[in-house]
This record gives sequence, C-alpha cells and structure tokens, in this order.
Amino acid sequence: MSILLRVEKLTKIFTAGGIFGSKMKVMAVNNISFECGKGEILGIIGESGSGKTTTMKMILKLYKPTEGKIYFQGKDVWTIPSKEYYRHVQGVFQDPYSSINPVYKVRYLFDNIFDNLLGDIPVDERREILNEVLDRVQLKAEEVLYKYSYELSGGQLQRVLLAACLLVNPELIIADEPTSMIDASMRVAILNVMKSLKEEEGNSIIFITHDIGQAFYVCDRLLVMHKGEIVEEGNAEEVVFHPQHPYTKRLIADVPKLGKKLILRR
Amino acid sequence: MKGARGLIAEAIYALRSSPRLIIGSSIFFFYVVLAVIGPLLYPVDPRKPTFEHLQPPSLQHPLGTDILGRDLFAQLIHGTYYSLKIGFMAAILTSILGIMIGGVGGYFGGVIDDLLTLITNIFLCVPTIALLIILAAYFRVRSEWIVILLLGITTWPSMARSIRSQILSLKVREFVDTAKLCGMSSLKILFREVLPNMLAYIVMYFILNIAIAIVSEAGLSAIGLGPTEIISLGMILRWAIVWEAVRYGAWWWFIPPGLSITLISLSLLMINDALDKLYNPRARTTR
Amino acid sequence: MTHWISSIILEHGLPDDEGVGKMLLRAIDLKGGYAIRSGFVKAVDGCSLTLSEGEILGIIGESGCGKSTLGKLLMGFTMPPLKLLNGKALIEEIDLYSYDLEDRRRFWGSLISMMPQYSMNALNPTMKIKDFIYDFLKHHKRDITREEALEIASDRLKSLNLSPNVLDMYPFELSGGMKQRVVIMVSTLLNPKTLICDEPTSALDVSTQRVLLELLYNMVKLEKIVSSMIIISHDVAAISQICDTLYVMYAGKIVEKGSLNDIIEEPLHPYTKALISSVLTPEERVRRGKITGLKGAPPDLLNPPVYCRFAARCPSAFSKCKQAEPPLIRIGNREVACWLFSGE
Repeated sequence: MSILLRVEKLTKIFTAGGIFGSKMKVMAVNNISFECGKGEILGIIGESGSGKTTTMKMILKLYKPTEGKIYFQGKDVWTIPSKEYYRHVQGVFQDPYSSINPVYKVRYLFDNIFDNLLGDIPVDERREILNEVLDRVQLKAEEVLYKYSYELSGGQLQRVLLAACLLVNPELIIADEPTSMIDASMRVAILNVMKSLKEEEGNSIIFITHDIGQAFYVCDRLLVMHKGEIVEEGNAEEVVFHPQHPYTKRLIADVPKLGKKLILRR
Repeated sequence: MKGARGLIAEAIYALRSSPRLIIGSSIFFFYVVLAVIGPLLYPVDPRKPTFEHLQPPSLQHPLGTDILGRDLFAQLIHGTYYSLKIGFMAAILTSILGIMIGGVGGYFGGVIDDLLTLITNIFLCVPTIALLIILAAYFRVRSEWIVILLLGITTWPSMARSIRSQILSLKVREFVDTAKLCGMSSLKILFREVLPNMLAYIVMYFILNIAIAIVSEAGLSAIGLGPTEIISLGMILRWAIVWEAVRYGAWWWFIPPGLSITLISLSLLMINDALDKLYNPRARTTR
Repeated sequence: MTHWISSIILEHGLPDDEGVGKMLLRAIDLKGGYAIRSGFVKAVDGCSLTLSEGEILGIIGESGCGKSTLGKLLMGFTMPPLKLLNGKALIEEIDLYSYDLEDRRRFWGSLISMMPQYSMNALNPTMKIKDFIYDFLKHHKRDITREEALEIASDRLKSLNLSPNVLDMYPFELSGGMKQRVVIMVSTLLNPKTLICDEPTSALDVSTQRVLLELLYNMVKLEKIVSSMIIISHDVAAISQICDTLYVMYAGKIVEKGSLNDIIEEPLHPYTKALISSVLTPEERVRRGKITGLKGAPPDLLNPPVYCRFAARCPSAFSKCKQAEPPLIRIGNREVACWLFSGE
C-alpha cells in the first residue's frame, strides 16, 4: 500500500505568557511519527488533552509545528500552496456550531467551496452535485441549505460538514469526532458512508475519537495517544483485543461493554 | 424575499418587546424630523434680529427670542440639524479609523499589530479634551468639517482597541479555520468572515460614537471653540452663556438646547441598550 | 464486612439483581410538552412507569424522544414552557400534581431529586462548594448552621469515599468528574427516595464514567443513600452496566419495557433491535463494518401520525402498523408496543 501521509517526529509546544513574566510552555504533541496509507482508515484514539486535535490542526496546516515534518504524497506540506493542498486534504472539526459562521446560512459554506476550491465546475452543475453529496449523508437540500447554523441540530450540522468534505472529495479526510452529536441509529449509517468512501473510491480517512467502539467499527489501524505521545499502534483487532501498553489496557477495560458487567476495583 | 420579510418581522418583534427601543427611537426620530422638516414648516431665519428682545415663549415665537430678538425655535431647528450632522459624520470618521486600524492590526498581528497598537496607545494617552481645545483654537475659522475632522481624530483610539480585541478572539474561532480550508485568502477572511460577526458590535459602537460626538461638539461650542459659521445646539448654549441668559431669567433660551442635547444622547443610549439586549440573548432577564 | 463483600464482588462481578422491594414511584399516562409558535409539541405522549425500592431504571432513547421531558414530568418539574397535559405522578402515594408548582418545591431535593444534563456546569463559579451546600440545605432547613451543614457534607463525602477537601474549593478547581460527583452528592444529601439522573456520563471520559457509574450503583445498592434511581441516557452501553430495568422510548412513547438482560440479549421491538445492534463497543459482538443503521428520522411531534410512530422506518411493518397505534402488549414479564406481538 502506498503511503499518503507521513508524519515525522512532530512536536508542538504552545507558549503563553508575557515579556516580563516567565513564559509557560505546554507540550501538546511530543515527537510523534506515523503513516497513513492510501485507502486506509486510521483511527487516533485519545482522551481530551492527548494532543489529537493539535495533531490534526498541524496536518491541516492550521498550526505550524515546533519541530518535525509532515509529508503528503512525499512532499513537505508547507511547500504545497494552500489552495492546492486543500483539494487533497480536508478536515471536519469537533464542534459543528463553531465550525460554521453563524452570520451566514449554510449554503454559504458550499458556495465558498465551489468558488475557491472547485472553480472549474460549471455553475449549472453545482446544484446537482450538491444534492447528491447531501443525499449521501441523508440530508435534503431544502432542509438545511437555507437555514442558519443555530437553526439546525448538532447531528444535522455534523453531516453538513461531512458533506462539505465529500464535495471536495479529497484523498485524505481528517475527521475529529465527526459523529458525536449524531444519534446512535444514524451514526452507523454515517460510519458506513466513510467505509464506502475508502472501499469504493480509495479515500483515506484519519478518524479521531475518544469513542473506542466507533473506532473499532470503522478503522483498519489504530493509534493510541496519551499526553502528546503515541503509546500504541497496530491493527484495530490487535489493539482492542490484545492491548500491550498499560494505558491502552486500562482504557479498553474501562469502556462499557454490553457483554460484560463492570467489576469494582478497590 | 423570505429574508427581507424575516428581518422586518424580527424588527417588529424587537420593537414590541422593548419599551426602551420604542421610547429611544421615538425621541431620536422626533429630533431627526425636526431637523429635516422643521425648516420647511417653520421658515424663520434664525439669525434675523427683531425688536422683540428676550420675549418668553408665545404664539408668534414658540420658544421665545434671545437678546438680539432672534427666534429661538428657528435656532433650535437649525441647531439640531447641524448637531446631528456633525455627530453623525464624526461617528463615521471615528468608526472607519477605528475599524481599519484595530481590524488590520488585530487580524494580521506581528509587526503591523505592534506598530498600530503603539500608535493607538500614544493617541489614547493624550488627553482628548486638551487636544481638541488646542487644535480648535489653532483654527481661527472653523467650518463644520473641521470640527468633524477634529472630533474624528481624537476619538478613534478607544474604538480601535475594542475592535482589535474582538478580532483577536474571533480570529481563533473554528469557522475561520473552516474558511481557510475552503481556500479563502486572509484578506477575504477578514472582511467576509470576521467583520460580519462584529456587525452588531460595530453598529452599537457607532451609535455610541454619535452620542459622544454630539456632546463633545456641544462642549467645544460652549467654550467658544465650536464651529464658527453655523448654528449648532452648543452654539445656542454658548450665546446663552455669553449674554448671561441665566441672569435675565430667560429659561427659554438655555433650557431647550440643553434639554435637547441631553435627550438626543439619552435616546441614542437607550437604543443602544435595547440593541444590546437584542443581540445578547443571555443578557436578557427571564420572564 | 464491606471489605469481605467487595472482595466477593471483585471475583464475580456485580450481582444481577439486588432485591427489588416495594413500589415507590408510579406514573400513570403522563402527557406533556412545550407550546411553540406553530402549535404544541407533545414530547411525552402517554407514558406510564413504575419504580420500586432498590431498583435502578434506565430510560434509553435518542435525541428528541422525550426522555428528558419524561424525567421532568416524573418529578412535577413543570416550569414554563413545559406543561403537563394529563396524567399522574405518585411518589410514595403522594400525588405530586395535586399540589401547585410552588408547593411541589418542598419535595424537590428531599423526596425526589434530579440531576439535570450538564449540571456540573451549573455550579456557581463564585461560591466554594461548602457555601453552595450550605445554601442548598438552608433552603430545606431554615435554622441549620454552617457547621452543621459542613458536618453533614463531610460525613456524606467520606461514606462515598470522596475526599472532604473539595468542600473548600471552587468549581473551577475541580475536574469534570469531580464536579459531577459533587453534584450527585448534593442532590442526594437529604436522602431522597428517588434520584433522576439525566445523561450523567456525557462529557466525561471513559475512566471517569466508570467511577461515576460505580458511585451511582453504590448509592442505591450498597450505601442505600437513595432508595431508587432513574437514569436517562442515550448511551446504552454505559447505563447497561448498572440498571436493573430498561425502558425504551421513541417519539414520545415507551415502546418496550423489560429487565436489562432480556432487552439487551433479546430485544423484541424492531426499534430496540436496531438500537441495540447500533451500539458500537470494542467487543466481538460488533461485526466490523457490517451493521446497517436505520434510515430516516423520527416523526414530527407537532403532528405525529395516528398510527405506529415507528412504522415509516420499520423493516417489519405490515398493514396494521399504518392503521392504528399499538398499545403496550405484555409478553411474559416484558411489555412491547408492537403489532407483531398482538397475538399470532
């Protein structure tokens, strides 16, 4: 399998503080390296504060790494101009309400994508393509396009953001908790859409979540992050059924399961 | 179509639910109408002296006359017009300067921001009133535009600061990241994504600036440094002071203009207050 | 003694049913909802419920099914815009709705208590925890002193194995899990007969969730601080850890009732089946990549259909389903609202 994305010794240190006080440093991501292949769904599991969102933002060129390099299709991502890069790599953020500008209606998001990234698609074809992409996430254009973000539910907005990604159809999608606000019964359908993206069209997805159940369902490989480091890496079944690192073991043990009741630890 | 009807419906709902907005807008609207329609309905020359000196209000002269026998109601109408005009234009100048300097510095950061903040801070430290007085005294003849210019360049710093901090917080919001992912350039993001989110804030600050400018102009005029060629509400007060209207007991000379200045700024502040509650639903008290 | 018990539990896991006793809470045909500009949304449309001493009941369903509203109606919490249309809620034979809203207040916290969603964010950021507790207790016992309040609080914290240090802290000094535990502690300080928890584990990470669920379980089964509990959640896997009984809600109605094991192992109602199979956990039962979810969405509660509300999405729907609404049909010691079980 060819490698689509390669992350090498990536580190991000945030500094806070003024000229006169001592600067406070927070190491959000500490020297991580991993790869994502073409046509692979890679899961990054971690709790809040593990550095997974920061990693995502660095891959999406929204933060500049303190150290380390990111290569997409063999090229250093910072040498690729933004407009071109975002045709190949897209992202879905965790909070759908913050991700859409509250001043505009939802259609503004899609218009922006058409105008800036997909300029070569003729205007009269836009509506049809948009309808098709919305249909894949079980949304109807009339229901969502002409509304403001606060008029829609979290689940609808998350699907809108996913539809925006599908519209661009990039080789790599990085999704941060893309189904957190979607109801359980629809969640599986959306995860199946992601799976079909990989199987039928060969897209790669980096699926970031704290929900191990979802990651287990949809991912091929899993990375476990804790305090900015990768503590475990492997196939989904391996990591879930035979965890090696103590953190992973504890994490898997604490996940509520239907088949096994909790055991009190004292 | 739907949007416009929605906006009007929202505006009506806003008007109905806020007595402050109704009262404030009515008072302000009254003065605007007075300023615009007044000269047509009451075409008396405010500068024409007559032989009826210091007459209290009567049918012939609804607000009486001043010491030179000039009609005070006509003066009020003209004064309102020029005060509102100066206030409005000065507010526009202040807002443009404030948004540009605060906005560009806040959004682009780095050296540009450091430089613009430095300039803003220097201006902030200079006492506005002293600067106004000195600059005004420098010009022997002051048209209304000079006054507008003076007011504009002394009040932009605090607005620039507020705009800058708003932009600093907006620029890290996730929809800005989404816009970047759509391939938008930084300048486009500033004007299309960030600034519209501040529209409510800008509108409110603008209204506040009008009130500040009107009162500042009145203050300048009252000490004789206002516009020299036109009549403003402050000028009427100036004449009342110079000609010792209080000693004559001519309350109809100084109370109407003073009251008008107060009511105009009060009404603007009331509108602002109502808008604040409208834009910040969390600030509304529960019923 | 407790050490001996906990060592047994360590070996064998938690016992299935801790001896459920007399009936504490009874709700009969509750109907209620919210008035909006275009009409009335009947979020809860005819729900009946029974809760016994020592029982932990879980109400599961997806967003919009009415479970939070049901929780509020159960304790008589009809603050506007929530309105009760019909029905009774009896706790220990006290008819809650025979009292005014204002009179019902004295039951809240003392007889029946609720922990609403995101309540950990509702802690007053400017008050220390001990002041908050004093405030709460004073509302119920006018003449209580600060020292008495502090003592009650520390005793309770100790019995729940929580550090009494939290009393001197401000909410922002505590983690999400700690805040949630503080809220649980305060809402049960007066030993109410029933505690209703709305989404107690959302926004918590997995390890904290587990600790919290253990705490809730202990409070009912071991320490007996509260006599019974209702947990409302959309997270089936989480609440299935500690519940005895499950009620499944869909579009304002209860579609299935039964013991936890029955419902998880053999769901009867087609919706319950779909829901249980959609629960994704890192276990063998999850067929990786091969589960089909449900298409469509629940009906609009402004104008719900007069027939079975799930018919539009049901894979097993037949003619009768689109004609009339199925009542809850008894099958053994379970109840299902589905025409498939109406006697074939």
